[in-house]
Amino acid sequence: MAATVESATTREEHGAMTGSAPPGRRMSHFGDFLFATLARSSAAVTLIVLIGILASLTVEAWPAIAHSGLSFLWTAQWDPVQEHFGGLVMIYGTLVTSLIALVIAVPVSFGIALFLTELSPRWLKRPLGTAIELLAAVPSIVYGMFGLLVFGPLFARFFQLPLQRLFGDVPGLGTLFQGPPVGIGLLAAGIILAIMVIPFIAAVMRDVFEVTPSMLKESAYGLGATTWEVVWTVVLPYTKAGVVGGVMLGLGRALGETMAVTFVIGNFNQLSSLSLFAPGNSITSALANEFGEAAPGLHQASLMYLGLILFLITFIVLALSKLMLLQLRRGEGRRT
Amino acid sequence: MSAVTIGSAADHRLPLHRRRKLVNAVALTLSLAAMAFGLFWLLWILWETLRLGVRGLSLQVFTESTPPPNTPGGGLANAIVGSLTMVSLATALATPIGVLAGVYLAEYGQRSWLAAVTRFINDILLSAPSIVIGLFVYAAVVARAKSFSGWAGVLALALIVIPVVVRTTENMLQLIPGSLREAAYALGTPKWRVIISITLRAARAGVVTGVLLALARISGETAPLLFTALSNQFFSMDLAAPMASLPQTIFAFAMSPFQNWQELAWAGVFLITIGVLLLNILARVLFRKRD
Repeated sequence: MAATVESATTREEHGAMTGSAPPGRRMSHFGDFLFATLARSSAAVTLIVLIGILASLTVEAWPAIAHSGLSFLWTAQWDPVQEHFGGLVMIYGTLVTSLIALVIAVPVSFGIALFLTELSPRWLKRPLGTAIELLAAVPSIVYGMFGLLVFGPLFARFFQLPLQRLFGDVPGLGTLFQGPPVGIGLLAAGIILAIMVIPFIAAVMRDVFEVTPSMLKESAYGLGATTWEVVWTVVLPYTKAGVVGGVMLGLGRALGETMAVTFVIGNFNQLSSLSLFAPGNSITSALANEFGEAAPGLHQASLMYLGLILFLITFIVLALSKLMLLQLRRGEGRRT
Repeated sequence: MSAVTIGSAADHRLPLHRRRKLVNAVALTLSLAAMAFGLFWLLWILWETLRLGVRGLSLQVFTESTPPPNTPGGGLANAIVGSLTMVSLATALATPIGVLAGVYLAEYGQRSWLAAVTRFINDILLSAPSIVIGLFVYAAVVARAKSFSGWAGVLALALIVIPVVVRTTENMLQLIPGSLREAAYALGTPKWRVIISITLRAARAGVVTGVLLALARISGETAPLLFTALSNQFFSMDLAAPMASLPQTIFAFAMSPFQNWQELAWAGVFLITIGVLLLNILARVLFRKRD
């Protein structure tokens, strides 16, 4: 029996399928069943992981959820000694740094995508595209260390000080630039985050720009439109959904980034001013700094609660991004 | 582009036209500046990593373990070995699962609801915060076993590898022409053999690229290791005990006041950056050969 099966398999390997013996066929039926089951259960792992993340975070965070409920979201006090926990400082830090990152990264990424699709000579497209993608490959801890030890001091001296001198006394605007310019804080974290998400947004934008049918672009060029007008009035409206999807993807990345932010945000758990120069804290950096030392109980549960909030926010943002990108692809199918 | 130049020759004196040309020039200059901005950061980061990293590099880095506080010398041997062990085990664990799931999406599920849902969730997990994966493994494994361990670190890293491999495997399998599969079916080959010896083999370079990219991604991951593998000051190959890793050691040393710790952190950053960039370039070269 074993010999027949083996000879059948060897014959199969040689490609001579004409005389497949019945035991061999039975085995391949079994093989089919086994392989399909393995493949399906591997795919199910993805779903199990998602459910596992949601379930375990909720269970672990339950003491904190039961203790403070939704008021956790707008309570700013975070005092492990007195056991008062509110997540506002971290949520504020996460949102503000990600917003700063997007304000910088979206126009820059648009410029890069525009350059790569419309301006760059053909032979430069690939190397430049790869260079931008490598920026995404640099590990976040490298960004963190670079941000803290190299970028931070220079940033304080050549950017924060002049800015403070210029706008520090202007009412309203000035409040954004108060406090000692030490080179770490919300603004520095936002800038480092921007550099980290630029490659993600730029890559998506470049890919969707390239999807635009050249017929459309050439028609516009034929009517005498400038390169900028073609991009602004033809390419961008056509790829709107994809561009927004790319921005959302970048936002999702920025919200969940840990190490780079932890190094440069300053890890300060109080919301004392609205200044962008002030040190703050983000959900991820609070987790990175405190979770290892948190005593089991309310402190740990509160950190888990923060983790759950972060996961839910990023899940929604990334789901929207995915839907936007799918919408673009569906439109593309209708066109052809 | 050429159409624009032809049009501009005729009526360059019209004010509207001049304004349009000006707007165009400004926009394109800004685009060029954006590109330069991106490249500037890449080069600056690489330059500083190189400059400060090489300074901290010595033979000791590879032969000695991390030094205790206030002791001169020391190296990163335990962290390097720990990282290599955990990263390779995680890749070995996650690759078969990721490839099989990718096969399911491309060859079995295709348009079924399970495949659609899996695809959607997989893409979300691909960009989900890695620190949340760390929290999950902490809750599921570390809290239950009541100890940090190398295995927990391996599991956390594997969960990050899986979505990357699933995505690339599915994409690569979809590039394989259906006629290749049909030719194999016509010979009476069972589906699983078609997948293993025809489609997967044809998509091999792409799948390997995905695995390499995933490998590069987890080599630099710190957040999921913070509360799973923790760290270990001593040389240890015991996966049931806390295990040192390069990123975690960098994190601890970079923030420290000791001069030699900071130098070691830069050496570590240098090693990780070079390793990750080489893996990325290797993946690209491998994939381009196929085109």
